[in-house]
Amino acid sequence: MTDVKSSVTISVNGRSLEAAPGELLIEAAERAGHYVPRFCYHPRMEPVGMCRMCLVEVEGPRGATLQPACYLKVQDGMTVVTDSEKVKKAQDGVLEFLLANHPLDCPVCDKGGECPLQDQTLAHGSGETRFIEEKRHFVKPIEIGELVLLDRERCIQCARCTRFSAEVSGDTEIAFSGRGDQIEVAPSPTEPFDSTFSGNTVQICPVGALTAKPYRFSARPWDLEQVESTCTTCAVGCRVAVQSSGNRLTRVLGVDSEPVNHGWLCDKGRFTLDSIDGNEESLDPLSASTRLREPLVRVNGELIATTWGSALNRAAAILQDAAKSPNGVGAIGGAALTNEGAFAWERFVRGVLGSNHLDAQYDDGLDGALLQSLPKATIDEAANARVVVTLTGDLREELPVLFLRLRENFIKRQNALVEFAFASSGLHSLATVSMPVRPGEAHLVAEALTRSDGSLLKGSNVTETELNETRRLLGESGEGVVFIVGRPNVAEDAGVIESAVRVLAEKFTSATFLPALRRSNVMGALDMGFGPKLRPGRGYVNDDGRTTLEQLEALRSGEQKAVLLLGCLLGNVLDVEGASAALEAASVVVVSGHGGKTLEYADVVLPAAVQHERQGTVTNIEGRVTAVTAKIVAPGSAWSDVAIASELAEECGQSLGLASEVQCAKVIEETVGYPALSVLNDASDEGSVAGRTKERVERRPLDPMAFPGIRSTNTAGLAEFAGAVVEESVSASSSPVSATLSVVSAGRGVEVPAFDAYSLVLNVSRRLYDHGVAVQGSPALSNLVAKSTAYVNHFDLDRLGLATGDVVEVSSPTVTLNLPVALSDATPRGTINVAFASVDENGDDVASRILVDPSSAITQVRLETK
Amino acid sequence: MATLEAPRIVTARIDYDDSYTMARFLATGGYEGLRKALTMFPEDVALEVDEASLLGRGGAGFPAGRKWSMLRRAPVSYLVVNGDESEPATFKDHLLLERDPNGIIEGIIISAYALQVSQVFFFVRGEFALGLERVQQAVNDAYEHGALGSKIFGSNFSLDIVVHPGAGAYICGDETALLEALEGKRGFPRIKPPFFPAVNGLYGEPTVVNNVETMANIPWIVLNGGEAFAALGAGRSKGTRLFALAGRVKNPGVFEVEMVKNTFRDLIYDPALGGGLLDGHTIKAFIPGGVSAPWFGPDMLDTPLGQDEVGEKGSMLGSGSVVVFDDTTCVVRASWRITKFFAKESCGQCTPCREGSGWIERIMYRMENGGGRMEDLELLLDLCDNIAPGGGWPPQQTTICPLGPSIPSSVTGAISMFRDEFIQHVHKGGCPFD
Amino acid sequence: MSHLRVDLRQRAEELVALYPRPRSAMLPLLHLAQEQDGYVSPEGIAEVAELTGTTTADVRGTAAFYDMFHLEPVGKYVVGVCTNIACLLAGGLELLDHASSTLGCAVGSTSDDGLFTLEETECLADCNFAPCVQVNHRFVRTTTPETFDALVSELRDGRRDHDIPTHGTLLRVRRAGGLHAPKNEIAQQREEAKVARDKRAEEKK
Ligand SMILES: Cc1cc2nc3c(=O)[nH]c(=O)nc-3n(C[C@H](O)[C@H](O)[C@H](O)COP(=O)(O)O)c2cc1C
Ligand code: SF4
Ligand code: FES
Repeated sequence: MTDVKSSVTISVNGRSLEAAPGELLIEAAERAGHYVPRFCYHPRMEPVGMCRMCLVEVEGPRGATLQPACYLKVQDGMTVVTDSEKVKKAQDGVLEFLLANHPLDCPVCDKGGECPLQDQTLAHGSGETRFIEEKRHFVKPIEIGELVLLDRERCIQCARCTRFSAEVSGDTEIAFSGRGDQIEVAPSPTEPFDSTFSGNTVQICPVGALTAKPYRFSARPWDLEQVESTCTTCAVGCRVAVQSSGNRLTRVLGVDSEPVNHGWLCDKGRFTLDSIDGNEESLDPLSASTRLREPLVRVNGELIATTWGSALNRAAAILQDAAKSPNGVGAIGGAALTNEGAFAWERFVRGVLGSNHLDAQYDDGLDGALLQSLPKATIDEAANARVVVTLTGDLREELPVLFLRLRENFIKRQNALVEFAFASSGLHSLATVSMPVRPGEAHLVAEALTRSDGSLLKGSNVTETELNETRRLLGESGEGVVFIVGRPNVAEDAGVIESAVRVLAEKFTSATFLPALRRSNVMGALDMGFGPKLRPGRGYVNDDGRTTLEQLEALRSGEQKAVLLLGCLLGNVLDVEGASAALEAASVVVVSGHGGKTLEYADVVLPAAVQHERQGTVTNIEGRVTAVTAKIVAPGSAWSDVAIASELAEECGQSLGLASEVQCAKVIEETVGYPALSVLNDASDEGSVAGRTKERVERRPLDPMAFPGIRSTNTAGLAEFAGAVVEESVSASSSPVSATLSVVSAGRGVEVPAFDAYSLVLNVSRRLYDHGVAVQGSPALSNLVAKSTAYVNHFDLDRLGLATGDVVEVSSPTVTLNLPVALSDATPRGTINVAFASVDENGDDVASRILVDPSSAITQVRLETK
Repeated sequence: MATLEAPRIVTARIDYDDSYTMARFLATGGYEGLRKALTMFPEDVALEVDEASLLGRGGAGFPAGRKWSMLRRAPVSYLVVNGDESEPATFKDHLLLERDPNGIIEGIIISAYALQVSQVFFFVRGEFALGLERVQQAVNDAYEHGALGSKIFGSNFSLDIVVHPGAGAYICGDETALLEALEGKRGFPRIKPPFFPAVNGLYGEPTVVNNVETMANIPWIVLNGGEAFAALGAGRSKGTRLFALAGRVKNPGVFEVEMVKNTFRDLIYDPALGGGLLDGHTIKAFIPGGVSAPWFGPDMLDTPLGQDEVGEKGSMLGSGSVVVFDDTTCVVRASWRITKFFAKESCGQCTPCREGSGWIERIMYRMENGGGRMEDLELLLDLCDNIAPGGGWPPQQTTICPLGPSIPSSVTGAISMFRDEFIQHVHKGGCPFD
Repeated sequence: MSHLRVDLRQRAEELVALYPRPRSAMLPLLHLAQEQDGYVSPEGIAEVAELTGTTTADVRGTAAFYDMFHLEPVGKYVVGVCTNIACLLAGGLELLDHASSTLGCAVGSTSDDGLFTLEETECLADCNFAPCVQVNHRFVRTTTPETFDALVSELRDGRRDHDIPTHGTLLRVRRAGGLHAPKNEIAQQREEAKVARDKRAEEKK
């Protein structure tokens, strides 16, 4: 960076224009209004100049020659012509060549109507084909994975999908095979194309070669309408275009948001639409694929449909009655709500019911107040940080698009990654240092890092070399370091990671933190006060609010009489039996969009709108508040949460003063200064990061291959600008203060029992495809749920005389399960890793999580061969 | 009459039955060039090569000395030797690989010394199983003999040569595709800029790529001096060069002759060389430098065998392969087969090359087999123009590498020289030679 | 568990060690996998992927770029007949037709007895012996239909097994020797040479 010239001047079609040094000609020209046609070029991948569609004339030592605009970097004084006869002939030639072997099946092609090849042919093609030979033939579409079909005849060899696979997702599950005009995209001979990110290849394919099974033949582009929104399947907050045909959701496409997702999505976010539309035949309230359409009340042990009036009446009676006794009522759930929904319910629980017991997490996250007290990093900052330290689960499984953004940091910018390696992780191969940390040990490792000796770590797998290398990378104050903190192991007391986080935050005062909580809008719910000691607008009050576990215990003991469940509980908690007993003992009001086993215990069920059916704002892991937009109308008589909370308050004889989402957003912004209405008013905006100053980021032009000209689009939301940040950090209302490390109690030590030499310590980790509503309700995804397996290090396998595939009895203090074992050296010695939710070879649910002993900070299990 | 006084520089020992053995090699001056080079400063060795003005023998004809001087003296750098020879009717490197592998290895070691690289990758076409074995044997023997490995012949220079077998892909002859193959990838030529592997070569490090025959010249140059080499030939084309002569001649084969001093007529007709056409036949056309080169008619026979001399006439000396067509040759069939080759060997990256080659091949096939239409002629020329706009030589290109613009060479050549023959195919509804 | 035989696995590891990056050993490793199985089998692909640190899709895609790698089983003898320009002029196409009828299989397929796979090849760089034929990558320099038929009967009778190995065997000469000087010693040598060179350049000025 010695030659710091901030701009160069080039001439395009006789007009001179300024461009950034090193900028690609295709982009500079486009900004100046000279659109150069293209196929292979993708703004988020390295240019390869293969399709040759973007040839333009560039003046050089040998006169004007044809050069690919997508590959050439601008240089001062460059003279370019994009519209000469010669350019036109070259481009028409390429188009004609592309069509030579291209089948004439546009009428039955998914891409028909939104195909850049079709569009350009209509615009420039001669209309008359000169190609009378037999076209190239391949077997028509082959299923290359659970979600994707490949029609090789339609492929134009732009290598967008294969490059995505190698360069962006890094899993190279598809690659070019063959040569010349027999070149084809091909999967592995043995493994299916099941990348977590496979849907992106479909989106960026310029033609109909790659199609998504869930979308195939479901709509024609001209019937589609779209809005821009935010995906809330996990907490990364990817920007999306949500499309529907009539009142049916048809497709979700990634929008290129500079600060967040760069246009990418994970397959779970992209393909969960079926769960939202619901299985229309299913009326079984206990099934997660059922969308709740009407309020239900329990009469003579049966849930029966009723009117909103009587359901609200019953619910109000239950909750108010319980609220009469001190600590008699509380609420659990809420991470799936919008900020407005969470704010309304918080007002209802604290204001109307007078209870401080509300918790948006199911004891599988981290203390909300502790997270609020940390200096925060944005996703972009983490993706550019000098050193990233992960103390979290496998990000590829938990927050997939964050994984993509981070991966780029280590591959392209060669920055360092330090892993607290709890189990296998998608980033493992990129780690500079990978410290094999056992459950119950992370805080000790953190402490060891703050000292110059590793004496705290007797018996640990972590070596002094690893500690030293990490210390060197972190430096004295952690300048340029981003810690990504989440919950790697739900079988481990949250206190372990919380203590580690506190130790690191206190020592490395220049470092910043990016929370890696995974559940949709959990950060927004916490910001809206949906947790013990939390208040709207990131306020902190040292109250005695109960966590989920504590509420369940109080319900079992009878101290708490009733519970308001926002979403289903049983699918989410570790201790299913304990939770069932608690619900059995209590009065239960459920507000949910989907059915589920929890409803077996419900006294009243109030049907709610879910994502893509409601308006509002949500907050992602970095604290970015963005708008969500309703694309379709919720089924039956389901209402939005703001409406349900308000009406329930009215039924209780009080008013929340929140007549609509917009009003709610207004109240949030006015009372606690949290960006809500300002974001909602400008839905085209990339949102605001709470607590940061505003800066506008220009949004790139949308990739025309991924967003071809869809007719009749409601483009509200497809905006020109990205990213705006509010002026000030949120102001706390009178009594609450801002959470700081010194006032927050979480992370001040944890009791971990001694490791038993004959046992393995249990790690229960999350997988992307779990048994949540999204997967259960989406037939396309349900086959992707992990097979239940216990992963063990090869030392332990050898020690126990086991081999991959052996079925063993895994005994914990709570239960014994039969599980096949498999080798995984990513699992630290002395530990055993299972998935939170998985299926056996018959596809039956195996809740490996029931191995967890909730009474202990760690669970130790023994293995025996059958 | 051919001028045949020049010494044989690269084929001196190949007439011996056991020319490929270490014993014969040593008995015929083997490693003398290397021993001499090791007494010189590396840059002086490079200077001799520069003075020799040895043009690369792989096809592009870039001066080896200049290429070497581009190699920044970077901490990591490589010499890669191109033994992929797959240009149709080019079989000179094949001969050297099988008949004088030790001589090539000696040239490589000297070059590596001059360049001060410690690692050489020797890429040999996979189909040359015998050549590969002999080269590997020569490398093994060189290690045994102290000519390779640590501290060569007691000097302070160490070198390792890895023999890397190709696996059947013409395009890997292109130096950038070759580097990709050497990195274990599909042989996709790299897009330019950067234009030279010397800037961004193997693993992104500075790399020199040279042809086998180029290497084989080095020992002689070191022993006899660059000046002696430059005294042979004329103009920019110095020294001798191997010409692979094939097609309808009496004595097809590889001949080492002095450049420029001899003409195509000498090469084809001299009794010591090609020996003329097969009895009773007359020459119809010939390809002067590999199938990528535009064709020449008999009027070009007196063109001297020199790079610029051929270039000025609108073709190229290329890989040094000359293919002779006679009155029995159907030019439609010949250019169809050449196009078929390109269609099969196109790497598949660039649309015009990938689709254009296949399309043209199918039209030519149709024409040869009775389905030709008059409008096909203009169509063919227009498709060629879409691959190599303007039709000039050297060609303009719409593709990444020069394979694309090589496709039209035979098609436009055949149509412009033998339009009548194409028309006959159309009128007859098939090949008039059948 | 290794799919490659113990000796081949050892050679494979040696090959990987020859290159600065494991992936560079891709082509030699695929040759090795083909030497064992006669073609590049899915198991071979998996092992090469493991050895080179790539994926099976990547290895398969790479292998399929190169003509010499067969992704489906082939006959004991893979017979290639060149029809490219020099051979075309010498009757290569006709010889290919003849070969097809002698072997009883179409171009690109394998004879019923599993002995022969017939291929049309591009120029084999043996044009002075046109039309040229290769069997398992050994040049047989057979030019006429008659000598071709003689060759086939020799192959059938196993009379050429001494000079034509089974399909897949490329190099019967193994690498012996190599650079034993430690890398840092070489770096040092280079450094010294560079210093000396710079000094000489300085003196020249
Ligand atoms: C399509 C194509 C095929 C080539 N084939 C060969 C080849 O088989 N052997 C070769 O030495 N050079 C070949 N070349 C030229 C090489 O790219 C490169 O210029 C040459 O190896 C450099 O060596 P030299 O300077 O010693 O000639 C080919 C080039 C192209 C574009
Ligand atoms: S011109 Fe042909 S061979 Fe060369 S890079 Fe392009 S597609 Fe490949
Ligand atoms: S070559 Fe530039 S867009 Fe494809």
